[in-house]
Amino acid sequence: MKIFVCTKQVPGISEVKIDPKTNTLIREGVESILNPNDRNALEMALVLKEEQKAEVIALTMGPPQAEEILREALAMGVDKVVLLSDRAFAGADTLATSYTLALAIKKILKESDSEENYLIICGSQAVDGDTGQVPPELAEELGIPQITYVQKLELSEDKIVVERKFRATEIVVIETKLPALISVLTDINKPRFPTMMGIMKAYENSNVIYFDSKNLNADISKIGLNGSMTEVKKIFFPERNGKRIILEGSPEEVVKKLCHHLQEDKIL
Amino acid sequence: MSIKIDHELCTGCASCVESCMYGAIELNNNIAKVLPNCTLCGACIEACPEEAISLERGDIKTKKIDISQYKGVWVIAEHYKNKIHNVAFQLLRKGRELADLLQVNLTLVILGANFDDKLEEFSQYGMDEILYVRAPILKDYYSDLYVKVISELVVQNNPEIILIGATPTGRDFAPRIAKRLNAGLTADCTGLEINPETKNLLQTRPTYGGNILATIQTPSSRPQMATVRPGIFKIPEKVQKDVKIRTIEYQFKEKDSVTKIVKVISKTKNTVNLEDAKYIVAGGRGVGSKENFKLLKDLANVLGAELGGSRITIELNWLDPDRQIGQTGKTVNPKLYIACGISGAIQHIVGMQNSDIIVAINKDPNAPIFHWAHYGIIGDLNEIIPILIQEFKKLKSEE
Ligand SMILES: Cc1cc2nc3c(=O)[nH]c(=O)nc-3n(C[C@H](O)[C@H](O)[C@H](O)COP(=O)(O)OP(=O)(O)OC[C@H]3O[C@@H](n4cnc5c(N)ncnc54)[C@H](O)[C@@H]3O)c2cc1C
Repeated sequence: MKIFVCTKQVPGISEVKIDPKTNTLIREGVESILNPNDRNALEMALVLKEEQKAEVIALTMGPPQAEEILREALAMGVDKVVLLSDRAFAGADTLATSYTLALAIKKILKESDSEENYLIICGSQAVDGDTGQVPPELAEELGIPQITYVQKLELSEDKIVVERKFRATEIVVIETKLPALISVLTDINKPRFPTMMGIMKAYENSNVIYFDSKNLNADISKIGLNGSMTEVKKIFFPERNGKRIILEGSPEEVVKKLCHHLQEDKIL
Repeated sequence: MSIKIDHELCTGCASCVESCMYGAIELNNNIAKVLPNCTLCGACIEACPEEAISLERGDIKTKKIDISQYKGVWVIAEHYKNKIHNVAFQLLRKGRELADLLQVNLTLVILGANFDDKLEEFSQYGMDEILYVRAPILKDYYSDLYVKVISELVVQNNPEIILIGATPTGRDFAPRIAKRLNAGLTADCTGLEINPETKNLLQTRPTYGGNILATIQTPSSRPQMATVRPGIFKIPEKVQKDVKIRTIEYQFKEKDSVTKIVKVISKTKNTVNLEDAKYIVAGGRGVGSKENFKLLKDLANVLGAELGGSRITIELNWLDPDRQIGQTGKTVNPKLYIACGISGAIQHIVGMQNSDIIVAINKDPNAPIFHWAHYGIIGDLNEIIPILIQEFKKLKSEE
C-alpha cells in the first residue's frame, strides 16, 4: 500500500497584517510554512502507516524553497518526499496543479514494481488560496473516487470507510474501493511534532526527489500558466464601508441614541 | 513564460510593487524588476498605469474554443431531506442580474427524486427554465453521479456561466466537473459582475486569509464556473412568470456509483440558522467567559436574534462551532448585526460585512471593527448591554 500526501508551502497568514495608514500588506517577517491543514493529512497517513504496512510519500509542487516543508514531513516520519519544481510550472491554477501532481503520482506508481493499491490524502484547503479545488481535480485526473471533508477513516486492503462532514450537524458514512482520494478537515487529529532523531535524519540523508516538466513528460500546454483557465485580473483591499457614526455620551445616552437610529433605519 | 517590464514606459511609480502579494517585484534604479519568486499571477499587469508590464507566453499552441457558442446562466441546486438549500435561490437573484445583462436565459438545474410537486413553487424565483433530472437514487448526493449528469448536460447545452453554492457538496462536485470540462472555476466568490466590453464574468473573492480581494476571470474558456458562499446574496422576491420545465429521466442503479452511502449520522441539536437570521448578536473574546455569554443570550432573546461569535470564542469553547462567523465559519447578512467585544479582524469581517446595519460595542476606540460599523459604541459591554436590553424591552412593550 502506498499513501500519497499532497502538501503545499504557504505564507504564514496569521501574521499578515494590513498597514492601516498605507492600506498595504505588511509582509516583513511573514514566513513560509507547511499549510496547517496538510499536517492533519500527514498525521493521518503516519498513523495508518503504523497500523498497517504502508509507504508514505509526501509531494509538493513549488519553488526549490518548498524543500523546507518536505524536510519537515520527513522529520515527522514520512518515507519519501518528492518536489515538483520547474519554472514552467509557475502561474498554475488548480487545473494545472492537479494535472502536474497526477503526473508525478502516475510516475511513482509506474516505477514501483508491484501492483500496489494506493490512497491519496490531501488537506481540505490551503490557507492562502483557500479554494479546496485541487483534491477533487486530482481525483478526476487520475480517474479515482474522491471523498472530501473527511473527519475519520477506516482503511482495509481494498476499500475505505470514511465519515464525511457535509453539514454542521450531519455526517455521512461513505464506503468506496481503493485507489481513492480523500481530503481531511482540520482539528481531526493532533499532528505530531518532529523528533530530534527525525530532524537529523531529514537533514542528513538528503533524499528529496526532484521532478521537472521533462522527466514528468508533461504536456506543456497543460502546465503552469498555459494550463490555467483562470487569470487574476485585479488585486485590491477590502473597502471599509461603515457609516462610522460613533455614538457619544453616557451609557444611557448612547443606548437611547442607538435605538433612535435603529428606528429611523426601520431596523426595530 | 515570463513577466516583461518595458523600461521605456516604466516610470518607477511602484504601483506594481504594491499590487504583488508575493513581494516579487522591487524597484531597481527606479525601474521595476521582477524577482525569481514571481508566480506569474499577473496582478501587476493590471495595476500598472503605464501599461509597461506584459506577460510573454511563448508560442505554445493551446486549443482555442469558440466562446460565442456558449449561452445562458445556470444555477445548480443541492438539497438535503428533499429541501433545496437556500443558496440556490440566493444565486438565482444574482443569476437573473447576470442573465439580463447578457440577454440570455437563466436556468435552475435540480438533480433529485421527489421534486415534481415543488417545481411550481420554485418557478417563482425568477428563472426562465427549470432543468429537472429525475432518478430515485438522486434523492441523495452522490459525487460521481452529479459530476456525470451535470457534465453531460453542460456538453449538450453549452451554458456560459454556472453558479454553485460553496457548501461542502458544491465544493465537492464543482471542481471535478471543471476538470472534466477543462473549465475555469473560482471558489468562494463574494462578488460577480459582467465586464461590459468583453462580457467575461468578473469573479471577486477573498484570498490570502481574507486580507485581500482578487478579481478572477476566465477569458478563453467556457463555461465560467463559480462557487458562492451561502449568505452573500439575498433570496429574490417571488414573481409570477412562465417558466419552461424540462424533466429528464436517468436510469441509475445503486451500483452505478463508485461510492456507497453506509449511513447518515445526525447530531440533532437545536439547529443554528445564522445564514437566514434577521438579527444576530455576536460576541468575541471581549465577552470574557462562557458564563458571560448569558448576557448576549439575553440580548438575543429580546431581539429574537441568533447568537454568533468570532473564532476565538469557538476555540475557547464558549460557543459551539456552528456559531462561528467569518472566513472559516459562516457568512451572514442579517438586517442587524451587533458585534460585542469583537476586534474586527478581516477574517471576521468577510463573514458579516453584508449585514444591513452593523453595531459595534468595544472598549477600545481604535478597534478596527469601528471602521466597518454603522454605529459604534465605545464602552464596556458589561455596562452597555444590560441598558440595551432594558431599552429594547421598553420599545417592544410600546409596540
Ligand atoms: C486563516 C484564518 C482564518 C480565520 N477565520 C476566522 C473566522 O472565520 N472568524 C473569525 O471570527 N476569526 C477568524 N480568524 C481569526 C481572526 O484573525 C481573529 O483572531 C479573531 O476574529 C479575533 O476574535 P475577537 O475579535 O473575538 O478577539 P480579539 O481580537 O482578541 O478582540 C477582542 C476585542 O474585545 C474588546 N473587549 C475586551 N473586553 C471588552 C469589554 N469588556 N467590553 C467591550 N469590548 C471589550 C477588545 O477591545 C478587543 O477589541 C481567522 C484567522 C486566520 C488566520
